[in-house]
Amino acid sequence: MLKFLLRRLLSTVPVLLIVSVLVFLMLRLTPGDPAAVLAGDAASTEQIARIRTNLGLDESIPEQFFIWFGHVLTGDLGQSYYYKTEVTTLIGQRLEPTASLAFITITLAVLVAVPLGVLAAWRFGGWLDRGLMAFSVLGFSVPIFVLAYLLIWLVSLKLGWLPVQGYKRLADGFGPWLYHLTLPAITLSVIYIALIARVTRATVLDTLGEDYIRTARAKGLPETTVLLRHALANAAVPIITVIGIGIALLIGGVVVTESVYAIPGLGRLTVDAVLARDFPTIQGVILLFSFVYVLINLLVDLSYVFFDPRIRY
Amino acid sequence: MKLMNLMGAGRVSGRVSGLLASALLLGAALPALAQNTVLRVVPHSNLAVLDPIWTTAYMSRNHGYMIYDTLFGTDENAKIKPQMVESWTVSQDNRLWTFKLRKGLEFHDGKPVTSEDVVASLQRWGKRDAMGSALFTFVQRMDTPAPDTFRIFLGEACGFVLEALGKPSSNVPFIMPKRIAETDAFKQIEEHIGSGPYIFKRDEFKPGDKAVYLKNTKYVPRSEPPSGTTGGKNVYVDRVEWNLALRDAQGQVNALKKGEVDIVEALGFDFYLAAKTDPDMQLPRYANLGLQYMARFNHLHKPFDNAKVRQAAIAAFSQEPFLRAQVGVKELYKTCPSMFICGTPYGSTAGSDLQSKSSMKKAQELLKASGYDGTPIVILKPTDLASIQKLPDVAAQLLRQAGFKVDLQAMDWQTLVGRRAKRDAPDKGGWHMFLTAWNVFDVWSPIANPTMDTRGEKSGWFGWASDDKMVQIRNEFMRATDEPTKKKLADQLHARAFEVGTHAPLGEYNQPMAARKNISGFFITNGNLYWNLKKN
Repeated sequence: MLKFLLRRLLSTVPVLLIVSVLVFLMLRLTPGDPAAVLAGDAASTEQIARIRTNLGLDESIPEQFFIWFGHVLTGDLGQSYYYKTEVTTLIGQRLEPTASLAFITITLAVLVAVPLGVLAAWRFGGWLDRGLMAFSVLGFSVPIFVLAYLLIWLVSLKLGWLPVQGYKRLADGFGPWLYHLTLPAITLSVIYIALIARVTRATVLDTLGEDYIRTARAKGLPETTVLLRHALANAAVPIITVIGIGIALLIGGVVVTESVYAIPGLGRLTVDAVLARDFPTIQGVILLFSFVYVLINLLVDLSYVFFDPRIRY
Repeated sequence: MKLMNLMGAGRVSGRVSGLLASALLLGAALPALAQNTVLRVVPHSNLAVLDPIWTTAYMSRNHGYMIYDTLFGTDENAKIKPQMVESWTVSQDNRLWTFKLRKGLEFHDGKPVTSEDVVASLQRWGKRDAMGSALFTFVQRMDTPAPDTFRIFLGEACGFVLEALGKPSSNVPFIMPKRIAETDAFKQIEEHIGSGPYIFKRDEFKPGDKAVYLKNTKYVPRSEPPSGTTGGKNVYVDRVEWNLALRDAQGQVNALKKGEVDIVEALGFDFYLAAKTDPDMQLPRYANLGLQYMARFNHLHKPFDNAKVRQAAIAAFSQEPFLRAQVGVKELYKTCPSMFICGTPYGSTAGSDLQSKSSMKKAQELLKASGYDGTPIVILKPTDLASIQKLPDVAAQLLRQAGFKVDLQAMDWQTLVGRRAKRDAPDKGGWHMFLTAWNVFDVWSPIANPTMDTRGEKSGWFGWASDDKMVQIRNEFMRATDEPTKKKLADQLHARAFEVGTHAPLGEYNQPMAARKNISGFFITNGNLYWNLKKN
């Protein structure tokens, strides 16, 4: 197990290295000039050129890369061109909203989707099953921003229950934090509920046809035990995998939701950085996303051991 | 029964639901506690750079107006009036200017504003701002005979000293403490201390999220009523919060409607009519002079290196189609052939018949006579800037009708601003034309207007127009000290600019602002200024 863990952790190094080089090159080859963005609309070409020199953008691309990479090795992701703030500070400020949104979304999705999927499988072909299938199609089909605007119109503007926009930090209190994240989390969770519920239904349906389920029922075990302890537990690996992928996608994929609900998270930071050609910030955030992807995949792999004792590393 | 068993675990989740419901109610109640004197504003863009001298970005300028004060200001009729200055005298030969600061001026760190702070601030501004640089070509030296008095010695008389010191738009000569103003003009300042009506809460500033300003209780406002950037800067709220995260246009309107924000600085044109009839909203009048759209030619490359081709394009650019497509709401726009904005002191229309009395037939004739060789016109079209993104499509269509070939290239705005700085040929990554919008105070003066600088590749702004006669008239304008002469020279410059075809003005519009009905005290600012406002 320890050997596996070390091997997997070491394998993140080449992944992050390749990501670093690719992102760095892609950004430098993309049109756009951070100096022109910073200088403002009325700035002269000479002023822009001077800012470019100050930012070190006149150096050759390999030179720029090695300077940046040297700093990364010491844990310094550099300073944002746009905000003139350390990238690590910016990420620190933006991590909480995104992580909070991802946490509530995935918690909500799991709490709703897994029981729904199990029940749909248990009552295969019934109204609940058919309803879930219809909901899944809808959940996958409706774009997040459409759903967001509909929910804002209904829940915030018509009913006045929840705010239209904004984010409150956990340090400001649990109530305001949850109050501001509820609607974005509901919006974002719909697609994950659809996904996880479908996977749960399919895998539980498979396991319900297994001999050991028939045996369990023949032994007279309560249906709850059969469903939760025997069917769901044995169907857990694919479900955990989907949840893991969901978390990873959520961390980097909440841009639209963050934009519509004005949540100052990592998604919004990435979009701003891309629009402003803020190279250090884009590089820093993508490195973080890559690391999170690798880490979550590792955790998912490790979790298999607990859900399926047959798996050994 | 089996289903009931399955739901049995729900007792715990029922308690959790109760807790969540309480938390939600608590959360709902909390924001209401601190709202009374907090003015919550959604600015038109994001605030990134906190040094309004280092960048020309409007958001940095607006941040500057919150925390700094200026020596002079520009009122709603584009007249220069004193702000930090109490009185001033000019020598008979117009070469010695002596200014006395008014009493009670104090920086946010408690130190008094002195003439040394003023001189250091002006020197830094003069290194960055186009008008400041022009002024400093006349300045021989400055000195500070007393803590409340400074003098400007000019080598040669010039007629725009007050106009430059009261310049209302980027870069504004804001007054900073000497130790901060001594920062290299090409490095951003690290401290943000001014003597203006608000104090910047640096510890609450979260880039891309929010910026917070507290009322400066020690600020002594002038007694005159507010007008433009002049007059009394009375603050009636304790705190102003700029919501930098809310940039979705629909989200801004929703938040305003629900009362989560008080002011939306730049209401999308699409929302104007709905907002007008909304019982919760008002559309305050804050501008009497419009913003201007313009099409800028690249004078370095074929075919726009030929004045006749540029004239043909100007003749094709009837303003109404641009305004109708981009703004759409008739009451928000007007055609105006003046490059200096109609209604301003130099709002000339001399020479504008080329555009205002033209027709497509005339444009076609001009193009035919120009010897245009069929080179496709590369127009840069920003796809992500709603405020100007329809203009290039109209330009392309009108140019095609006139007989031009057009290569409309779509890109995001930041790619565009990078590309327009390139002097390369259009087929090698350069460009022929881009379209943009200007605040009135960036183009109303022949000196401030960047398109009037026609020193070819030495000229500051993209397009690099070259015309010795315009340079000469502009130089004479700078030296003219009486208004009739200045007006005459402005007319001459304007007429010559149309002959040269520096660019095409595409009409004027007002950017609507929306506010909650409980906000009062709006005045004509022609910009976004947050004093004199009350929240009832």
